[in-house]
Amino acid sequence: MSFHLSYRAEPGNPWFSWQYVRDNSDTILAALREHASLTGRAVLLAALVALPLAVLAYWYRRLAGPILALTGVLYTIPSLALFAFIAPYLGIGAVTVLTVVVLYALLVIVRNAVAGLNQVPPEVRDAAEGMGYGRWARLFRIDLPLALPGILTGVRLATVSTVALVTVGVVIGRGGLGQLIFAGFQNNFYKAQIMTGTLLCVLLALVLDLILAGVGRLLTPWLRSRPR
Amino acid sequence: MNPVQQAVVWLNDPLNWTNPGGVLDRVGEHLSMSAAAVLLGCLVAWPIGLWLGHSGRGGGAVVLISNLTLSIPTLALLTILPLTFLGFGRPAVVVALAVFAVPPLLANAYTGVRQADPEARDAARGMGLSGWQVLRRVELPLAVPYLAAGFRTAAVQVVATAALASFVNGGGLGQIIRAGFGLDIAAGGGQIIAGGVLVAGLALAAEGVLALVERAVTPRPLRRTRRAANRRAADATAGN
Repeated sequence: MSFHLSYRAEPGNPWFSWQYVRDNSDTILAALREHASLTGRAVLLAALVALPLAVLAYWYRRLAGPILALTGVLYTIPSLALFAFIAPYLGIGAVTVLTVVVLYALLVIVRNAVAGLNQVPPEVRDAAEGMGYGRWARLFRIDLPLALPGILTGVRLATVSTVALVTVGVVIGRGGLGQLIFAGFQNNFYKAQIMTGTLLCVLLALVLDLILAGVGRLLTPWLRSRPR
Repeated sequence: MNPVQQAVVWLNDPLNWTNPGGVLDRVGEHLSMSAAAVLLGCLVAWPIGLWLGHSGRGGGAVVLISNLTLSIPTLALLTILPLTFLGFGRPAVVVALAVFAVPPLLANAYTGVRQADPEARDAARGMGLSGWQVLRRVELPLAVPYLAAGFRTAAVQVVATAALASFVNGGGLGQIIRAGFGLDIAAGGGQIIAGGVLVAGLALAAEGVLALVERAVTPRPLRRTRRAANRRAADATAGN
């Protein structure tokens, strides 16, 4: 009994505690689910908008400058400021977080996709033209597959940074795992809660990155046999 | 009155600028903690980056550090560091911000030295310069455009990230936005947008000023490499 008491008397704010994880598994899982779904939706939306933009920048060289400059300026604007601009109009909710996060992911994907498309060798382009490919057929059967590594790099970078960025959503109370971290800080600096939120964030980023890397390998079988 | 009009009214109230905790105070806090963080980042990242680049080792480590910091949320570092030996207050915030300044500084210092013309390096060796002298007299001057580009990227990112210090009451312009959200959207909408304008304006101003500095310190023949250096830095550190 005395052993038990002395054990209990340890200062009670460890960096990690299974006890905390077990007791709060519902809250933790809900935060993780919200975080993952926000990230997934954001990257999907961003990719859907970014790819057409990148193709526009690739087809019409004159548009490339403005598109890249605009994304560059947007990228300089701090995330908290973007929340400040959007929240008064879209209100407090997941839509606001999604909009901010999509905007940042968009920039990363556009930049990498344009770089990928510009790396398509001119000989290949000429050959495709000589074989009678039209603009669209060339895009889907030559340009996009060859630009795939660049596009995937963009999507992976966007995913990892989105996972981190979603936590800024705590400013409007929708930060996924950030909510966990922030609540831990406010509730008497509960270290176990802060650490659990942080570790899950990093793990989520890692897992999503590995999944996308795997998808990339499956989609580009021609790169696999080449010695690196 | 819509939020934008409210924001104009808020920005036109002189007391909002000169009161204790007003805009002027916050800009001062914002800039001083950003400067401290960038300085700390430089002190750590440049020697390591230059040395790794000089010896040609550790390229993998540079990439790994960049990717790791990319996935750590700013909020996590801002809340964890005050609970360590750093204690609450300015030092913890500065260290948290400096962590995010390291990847662009490190990556650019490394790439800058690696990109130095191998013939120039060989020539220096042939003239009998020691490893240290090659680094100081040949590789370092040639790496200046990269160092400047890295400094700009890091500084702008730190100024942007410093807005988040308000989450832990660390001061800075973010505090104005947070206070606005504390008032509720309907009442604080103007203040929120005004704070956003100030934060974004400061970040864009930092970008503009540092672009000029970067141009000024880059010798004319080396200016064309600037864009490539910037892009590489951006790729190494996407996300704030």
